[in-house]
Amino acid sequence: MADYSSDANRTQSLELRELSLSVPISGEHVEAVSKVSLTLKPGRVLGLVGESGCGKSLTAQAMLRLGEHQGVLREGGDILLDGKSLFSMHEEELRRVRGGCVSMVFQEPMTALNPVFSIGSQITEVIRLHLDMNRNEANARALKLLQDVGMQDAEAVLKQYPDALSGGMRQRVLIAMAMAADPAYIIADEPTTALDVSVQKRIIQLLRDLQRERNLGMLLVTHDFGLVAELADDVAVMYAGQIVESGSAEQIFNKPTHPYSRALMGCRPEVSAPGASLPVIAGQVPSPGSWPSGCHFAERCPLADSACLKPVAIDAWSDGEHQARCIHAETKIPEFEAVA
Amino acid sequence: MTAPMNLLKAEGLSKSFRRGGGLWGSSSSHKAVDDVTFALKEGETLAIVGESGSGKSTTARMAMRLLDADEGSVHLLGKEITSASGKALRMLRKDIQMVFQDPFASLNPRMRIVETVGEGLRVHRPEMNRQQRREKVTETLALCGIGDEALDRYPHQFSGGQRQRIGIARALIVEPKVLVLDEPVSALDVSVQAQILNLLKKIQQERNLSYLFISHDLSVVRHVADRVAVMFAGRVVEQGAIEEVFEAPQHPYTKMLLAARPIAHPDQRTDNNGNGGLDRESVADSGCAFRLRCAFAQDDCTGFEASIESDESAHSCACLHPLDRS
Repeated sequence: MADYSSDANRTQSLELRELSLSVPISGEHVEAVSKVSLTLKPGRVLGLVGESGCGKSLTAQAMLRLGEHQGVLREGGDILLDGKSLFSMHEEELRRVRGGCVSMVFQEPMTALNPVFSIGSQITEVIRLHLDMNRNEANARALKLLQDVGMQDAEAVLKQYPDALSGGMRQRVLIAMAMAADPAYIIADEPTTALDVSVQKRIIQLLRDLQRERNLGMLLVTHDFGLVAELADDVAVMYAGQIVESGSAEQIFNKPTHPYSRALMGCRPEVSAPGASLPVIAGQVPSPGSWPSGCHFAERCPLADSACLKPVAIDAWSDGEHQARCIHAETKIPEFEAVA
Repeated sequence: MTAPMNLLKAEGLSKSFRRGGGLWGSSSSHKAVDDVTFALKEGETLAIVGESGSGKSTTARMAMRLLDADEGSVHLLGKEITSASGKALRMLRKDIQMVFQDPFASLNPRMRIVETVGEGLRVHRPEMNRQQRREKVTETLALCGIGDEALDRYPHQFSGGQRQRIGIARALIVEPKVLVLDEPVSALDVSVQAQILNLLKKIQQERNLSYLFISHDLSVVRHVADRVAVMFAGRVVEQGAIEEVFEAPQHPYTKMLLAARPIAHPDQRTDNNGNGGLDRESVADSGCAFRLRCAFAQDDCTGFEASIESDESAHSCACLHPLDRS
């Protein structure tokens, strides 16, 4: 059996290939993620950005085949770790991948820890699940992990229970647990959203340091372009179940190209003049089940015409690695520009 | 033209909550808001910013008497409202209304939109009949970008952004002078946030409203506010015109908070935690509450009780060792 747990450098990629997922909505399965392809590589941070309901969290969970017990179904596509399908793995192998080679950091540091076990016992549990260590070795490793994530007074924290820790400290504990088995990949779903700004900045710094030191591949799932600007090397923008644009962080920030990305970047208060009117997108995000058959953004897009009623490929516009799912990508949209 | 008057004035507001206790434990008192003073002028937006636990929401609730202050006073349109009760308290709500953070929790799920939005009219415009109320609700919803097909629907039939528009319409219907907005956009997606911020600005201009805007988001505050008060551990540590505070912060806490703002472009990445504060989350029990985290703290900070002089318009800060005082 392949051992995915400790040798990070052995892995080449974790890949979603044209993955489609459906979720149960009032008794019926409705497509919520549509042919999403993403590749995580060691040493690279991929930012997956989108607004609520776009399918970004479902996509992130799918990287570990989570969510299936909540009724999420694979409608097509594959998930490949170094070319091997996660769907071809048996339970034991999958368990070694989860938390071993690939681990997750969730949004809610308040609910992701078990209130009735000490921090130390929760970290050592993960360590002993994945690494062949006795109790003492695991305790020593737990202490080291907490120190590595910048926890002050790490020794005392090991004996404490989650309710004694602040939000920022809990998030450090969760990151330490994610690092327990020296993963090659981290899936971080809104890792700073529930935290105060001053704490956010420190967690961002911590994630960046760990990622560099350990050459981690990271999927950073967020609604926040600020977090993407801080951490991501590559960016994929998601809208209504599809990736609508992808490229390097520089490309996306310098030249957002899909009309949805342009509007989303332009409507941030931090890029417009104080008091200026912010760009807005008319209408609302269509929910799964009522997506248009052509471009998913067409009914809200000022550029849409009859040609947009047909499905659009992700490389309908491209410039090197930079791709956008739009056939009018070169046309200007003054109302989506920030007034600076 | 006369100088804009103070519509809402709070002086020396304090509030303590008991915490701990339970069945057998002993409880202690925690000062959530300590000696907070501010004034809101006609047509302006005063933002109160702070992190969780800073006391900003408690301050807002006391300002509109949703919560009684332990100490201090609030004047609305020149009238002392701290001791108002019963009918007088209901009547003052005609002039000050609130918009809440969570548009999912703040609308009654069993009331149709026309009832929720029109409720204030029953109290404040008793002369109106059913038909007149319905017309007024339609008109106010239209101002907030909601069509009249919404009238007979229920809250669950609307998205978060639409519910927030409905919440704003409910607050506006009695034609108040002051709106207290408690994190009005922080539960919303960025694109929806932009719509609501535009709407609030439009309404403010049309009706010459004053906003007390509570937020933790500095980019949003920079966008909407004329003046800002920064709260830390229950006290206002710095206040002034928005440009002055943002361009030349004097209090080390303000500076740290500003440095921690999300960046707008990968070019702005820096490799330090950038905030000049120490990597701690502690709050001091005595002296300056920020001193344990402050890179500029000196011995005298232990005996310093931070408090801002009550001159409400000048840029002022509660710090013994302020930055960049020019």
